[in-house]
Amino acid sequence: MSLKDRVERCLGDYATAFVECRGDLCVEVPVEDVLKVIASLKDELGFDFLSDLFGVDNSVLFEKKAKAAKKKKKAEDEALPGDDVPPPPRFEVNYLLLSLERNERLQVKIRVPEDKPEVDSVTGIWKAATWPEREVYDMYGIKFKGHPDLRRLLMWDEFPAYPLRKDYPLEGQGEERHLSYTTTES
Amino acid sequence: MGFQAYGGNGWLLTKMEQLINWGRSRSPWPLPYGTACCGIEMMAALAAGYDLGRFGAERPSFSPRQADVLIEAGTITKKMVPILKKIYDQMAEPKWVIAMGACACSGGVFRTYSTLQGIDNVIPVDVYVPGCPPRPEGLIYALMKVMEKIENDHPLRKHALDLVEG
Repeated sequence: MSLKDRVERCLGDYATAFVECRGDLCVEVPVEDVLKVIASLKDELGFDFLSDLFGVDNSVLFEKKAKAAKKKKKAEDEALPGDDVPPPPRFEVNYLLLSLERNERLQVKIRVPEDKPEVDSVTGIWKAATWPEREVYDMYGIKFKGHPDLRRLLMWDEFPAYPLRKDYPLEGQGEERHLSYTTTES
Repeated sequence: MGFQAYGGNGWLLTKMEQLINWGRSRSPWPLPYGTACCGIEMMAALAAGYDLGRFGAERPSFSPRQADVLIEAGTITKKMVPILKKIYDQMAEPKWVIAMGACACSGGVFRTYSTLQGIDNVIPVDVYVPGCPPRPEGLIYALMKVMEKIENDHPLRKHALDLVEG
């Protein structure tokens, strides 16, 4: 049985979409079911190793796509008005799983809406997820519920923004970190 | 050099300032502060092949208290700024700073939110070494420039001014 069939059988209705790219399989699942999905993939299909966990901000990609679609529609004709599909949620969180036993890889993708950037933490299943989840929180502002120590990983604690969001300018907004000596006066 | 030896039982006649500068310029103990790939070139310069010890930088001082020249070799992120500042503040006077490599001089290719655009935003720099990374010869030349600067210094005049101003 191919990997796709086995994943389909294991996840059932949780798998909302499959994408295959250059021999690698990616399965999309709903945000709220991520814990169940990851646990069953680990227990039933033997994906016993989390090789990476990362976030993606798709906002610019979606804008470009929407613009191109509008242009195309205008070029064809003015028919089909009002069937604007709402854009998919802005953020993604991806889990790259590896089965050491069978040497198979699987990408699990969840889409996280901008107005409720909350995902269940998988640190209970993999301790290895603690730092990647902190990094995703640091860079995108996605909160992981149940994370034991959700602090910024790369930027300093008082940093006011989420720098890998596409609306954050590359050269920053003038954030600086200063040294202040605390003087104890007697 | 400013030394004049007279005959007899080893008398030496010189100026106090020149004696101080002679001592200081020939023992510029470096504080190696390598934060990126420039650090590797700095290690090469300190090691046997290039041997920075020939110029008196014999003892890389990993404690800022006993260092004279801070060699800042590499990128400084904004998160790192308080640490760099603290290390500079801990060095005893007199002290000199070499900014080694494009990142330390100007931020280099990292013109981003996370990188300090040149360490001279935070601490005073005496010699800049361009290059990405500079060769050990570049660092040796920078150290010789520091020695030159020390030799043209007026340590006593500064001290006298301090006394006048109180």
